[in-house]
Amino acid sequence: MSSQQGQENMDCEEAIHRLYHFLDGELTEERRVEIRRHLDECRPCLQAFDFEAELRHLLAARCRDHVPEGLRRRVAEAIDHEQRAAGGPPDRG
Amino acid sequence: MEHMPALYSAALRMTRNSADAEDLVQETYLKAYRAFDTFQEGTNLKAWLYKILTNSYINSYRARQRRPEQADGDIEDVEELYLYRRLGGLEAAAAGRSAEEEVLSRFTDEEVKAALESLPDQFRIAVLLADVEGFSYQEIADITGVPIGTVMSRIHRGRRALQKALHDFGLERGLVGA
Repeated sequence: MSSQQGQENMDCEEAIHRLYHFLDGELTEERRVEIRRHLDECRPCLQAFDFEAELRHLLAARCRDHVPEGLRRRVAEAIDHEQRAAGGPPDRG
Repeated sequence: MEHMPALYSAALRMTRNSADAEDLVQETYLKAYRAFDTFQEGTNLKAWLYKILTNSYINSYRARQRRPEQADGDIEDVEELYLYRRLGGLEAAAAGRSAEEEVLSRFTDEEVKAALESLPDQFRIAVLLADVEGFSYQEIADITGVPIGTVMSRIHRGRRALQKALHDFGLERGLVGA
């Protein structure tokens, strides 16, 4: 490992190690640039990154459910009930 | 109620049964309604609702379901790029990324949900908030009341554990080699 900051290109192990931070947008701009530079030059890493990004899209797209019939109505009724209970007697002033 | 489909899905991933998920959603909306004067206009409503949902789950349902809390250290450590490497990944980059992504597309919705639901609570919640809902590490730290470093660790380890679970489904169905 070089002791010169920013002179050495990032190696694959370092890039993969930072993969999740990169995908999550949780890196400094400097680090992002380093990783992008590595990905520009390293096809295997680029494909690994793309795969991991695709896996995240998979989760977001597939973990969807149909809201059961009547749940919205039940929630609206529960809130309505709460509202009326809190309303109390009309102001007689 | 625009957030209800997302909240319901999250509740279902947490409780793993639809009756409890419905109750959890209803409880969340009621609590949100009661506490609405504490919500600051212009701040993140979705994160606020998720905080109520997550706390309700942890305080009521998990206790009721009598599942013991697992320590973070108990989850098996899974290597980076677990699934990618088993699909022929780095060494066979010439095969083209569409081949790996094609395998991903063959997992059913049920398998993907089951893989997520197989994770211990704290990892499942972290991955669901990050990947299904797109919250940032900081937002997840705020929602779960856990330090950001722990959030990060849970997301990363949870994702890898999820990959292993998906891989196991893939093995069963012959989608992936051993």
